[in-house]
Amino acid sequence: MSEHAAVGKLKQNFSEDVLDVVEFRGETTIVVKREKIVEISTFLRDEMGYDFLCDLCGVDYLGTSPRFMVVYNLYNIALKDRLRIKVPVEESDATVDTVSVVWGTANWHERECWDLMGISFNNHPDLRRILMPDDWEGHPLRKDYPLQGPDREPYQGRLQ
Amino acid sequence: MGVEETLGNNVITTSLDKIVNWSRSRSLWPMTFGLACCAIEMMASGAARFDLDRFGVLFRASPRQADVIIIAGTVTRKMVPVIQTVYEQMPEPKYVIAMGACACSGGIFDTYSTVQGVDEYLPVDVYVPGCPPRPEGLIYGLGKLQEKIMAERNSFGAAIGVGEKISEA
Repeated sequence: MSEHAAVGKLKQNFSEDVLDVVEFRGETTIVVKREKIVEISTFLRDEMGYDFLCDLCGVDYLGTSPRFMVVYNLYNIALKDRLRIKVPVEESDATVDTVSVVWGTANWHERECWDLMGISFNNHPDLRRILMPDDWEGHPLRKDYPLQGPDREPYQGRLQ
Repeated sequence: MGVEETLGNNVITTSLDKIVNWSRSRSLWPMTFGLACCAIEMMASGAARFDLDRFGVLFRASPRQADVIIIAGTVTRKMVPVIQTVYEQMPEPKYVIAMGACACSGGIFDTYSTVQGVDEYLPVDVYVPGCPPRPEGLIYGLGKLQEKIMAERNSFGAAIGVGEKISEA
């Protein structure tokens, strides 16, 4: 199966960066270290043909360490093949290298990740807020951000 | 400004006021400000089955030519400066209709990014609740606005520069 070809090639070329491989119902997820993400992405795009970045998002696992995970959903258009790359990010040093040099669509996806999660991207050409107003403080989609906003009462519930 | 200066309070001036109020209320030109799902219902009200044109309502795309703004949809915090700019560009006399639950009070979106009712930033004349309100509901709201305009006094005086328009609460 071609997923395993990608896994095999990645393990061959970046053996000390692959942390974990999970396969579930036909979907393969590879967890890699964040330092080499640009090289791994270039390798996946050029050698393995994953030329379409479907989605780039951040996940907040509040309470575990590392707290954040950046997830890259890749797709090979010629072979109709999907792959998922996950990068764990610590809360104390929430930075990842940008992959907008590899896939252009990552530009706005990384802006959204910065805006809502607070994960900043090194060497990003234009890292600023995209969904919230420009002068907003805080990162709303983190698990410890209040839903009603910082200056309003939390929801008490319909039945007091 | 204690004394309300009016043009007069006799049968001639009130008839002139009635003419001005009647012509304003029967030709309300809204500025389309459809933000979200209520915009679809506003379009449905303006379309063939529930015609709004028979009430004299023509949708104008430019705020400079509009006299009522129908805020139809969820207002986010990022959109507020835009709404304020558009509202300030409208010439007097101007009215605001808040259409839908989100414009009236934030609707189901009790969150950090949604303004809990556009009346935090604009003076609303008529609230039309619903999610979304049916076209009949919007037409009823426009009828209420027409009644409110008909109840104004000294509109002719304000139009020629004598005193201010007095609107009942």
